[in-house]
Amino acid sequence: MKKYVCVVCGFVYDPAIGMPEDGIPAGTAFEDIPDDWCCPDCGVSKSDFELQEG
Amino acid sequence: MTGIVIIGSGLGGYSLARELRRLDPAVAITMVTADGGELYSKPMLSAAFAQGKDVQALAQKTARQMEGELGLTVVTRQRVTAIDRAAKRVVLGSGEAIAYGRLVLAMGADPRPYRVEGSEEVTVHTVNDLDDYAAWRDGLVPQGRVLLIGAGLIGSEFANDLTTAGQRVTVVDPAPWPLGRLLPRELGEELATALGGIGVTFRLGRSITRLDPGKAVLDDGSVVAFDKALSAIGLVPRTALAAAAGLVVDKGIVVDRWLRTSDPAIFALGDCAQTEAGPLPFVLPLMAEAKALAATLAGRETALSLPALPVVVKTPALPVAVCPPVPGATGEWVVSGEGRDRKALFVGADGQPLGFALSGSFTAERQPLAKEMPDLL
Ligand SMILES: Cc1cc2nc3c(=O)[nH]c(=O)nc-3n(C[C@H](O)[C@H](O)[C@H](O)COP(=O)(O)OP(=O)(O)OC[C@H]3O[C@@H](n4cnc5c(N)ncnc54)[C@H](O)[C@@H]3O)c2cc1C
Ligand SMILES: [Zn+2]
Repeated sequence: MKKYVCVVCGFVYDPAIGMPEDGIPAGTAFEDIPDDWCCPDCGVSKSDFELQEG
Repeated sequence: MTGIVIIGSGLGGYSLARELRRLDPAVAITMVTADGGELYSKPMLSAAFAQGKDVQALAQKTARQMEGELGLTVVTRQRVTAIDRAAKRVVLGSGEAIAYGRLVLAMGADPRPYRVEGSEEVTVHTVNDLDDYAAWRDGLVPQGRVLLIGAGLIGSEFANDLTTAGQRVTVVDPAPWPLGRLLPRELGEELATALGGIGVTFRLGRSITRLDPGKAVLDDGSVVAFDKALSAIGLVPRTALAAAAGLVVDKGIVVDRWLRTSDPAIFALGDCAQTEAGPLPFVLPLMAEAKALAATLAGRETALSLPALPVVVKTPALPVAVCPPVPGATGEWVVSGEGRDRKALFVGADGQPLGFALSGSFTAERQPLAKEMPDLL
């Protein structure tokens, strides 16, 4: 599954790890995260993430 | 040993506290902040209106929630008025003093005040924190006329956001195109066209000569009528407290590669600091600073290293990403592409690309291209 990176702060969402502290279990694809989820480091919205290259 | 005191509860202060807590579960951390201490995302301030977010929606956590989560004490709505370096304590507005073993300044920057004839009689807003955002949103009428002073990065973002939310925005700036310091002409003009396309009115190459309540007179004699005025003409690092304590300050509070000021017990990060690469008022370097400084404070001296810094401009009307060359770099723009989709490389004398600006579909090249740019630190 693909990793996504926050364009504002560089935080990387890794579906293999998920965000258990936000109630997002390991194995959750980025597309399946709720739309109102925010970057855990800088707080911008899900729409400010993009696919990580390479 | 006495604990760590952090002045400021912005992304700088809270990111440092979070990183430090990961490395050191025991150290006592006290944060003092002039504002309410809510955790919020400052970059959202210029993107929140079109998403219908008010202050409550922007405040992600209260200071009390942060205290519980990170195991620290947050003293809210208290300004630090002096740093007593000899006694190693900070003095608060209340008169109370707090002792520190090490002190971290994460005090941010002030919006540069806009002054012109008549400006004392007119409320010109700036939006740099949650309180400002609340004051700005208060009394905005549907389809209101907004005078926006400054077409830089933050001004352009606000122009896009407010227009999308139905405000009628006029932007005044003496520069010939928006983001004048970050974009070459070709991309700047595309951005102006794109923002014009969603309804932003530009008065570029113009300045205001006089402000009256509800109207601005420009230097060509024309008049812009407005309901509310917002200025976004840059930020000035908050250095006064550090300077009064005798720390070395320049444009910002001067720090070395370890984020240390001229006092070895005092550190600075974020918008108030001036690194060896200059002031870097963006989130990406701030996060790198927080990680390096947390390691140093936890006992593992860690120098800050910073790759090139691509910044995404939040103007959905035309996606733009910039990676500015270091201040003072000499070179010239080489622009390719056409229409909305442009790629501009800032190329130095030896042919080495030093920075870039991308628009439209080329913004997808941002990550690989940034890897080819020289490191900042
Ligand atoms: C509208 C807007 C949009 C932005 N968009 C982006 C973006 O898209 N991408 C990006 O990378 N960057 C962006 N930035 C820049 C980024 O948000 C800042 O670089 C970053 O948030 C700065 O954090 P900070 O903690 O250094 O400062 P601040 O968040 O300003 O925090 C300073 C803190 O210090 C406190 N303080 C100050 N003086 C005292 C005192 N004497 N005593 C006690 N407390 C004090 C304040 O109350 C505050 O809590 C944007 C900025 C703005 C204004
Ligand atoms: Zn982020």
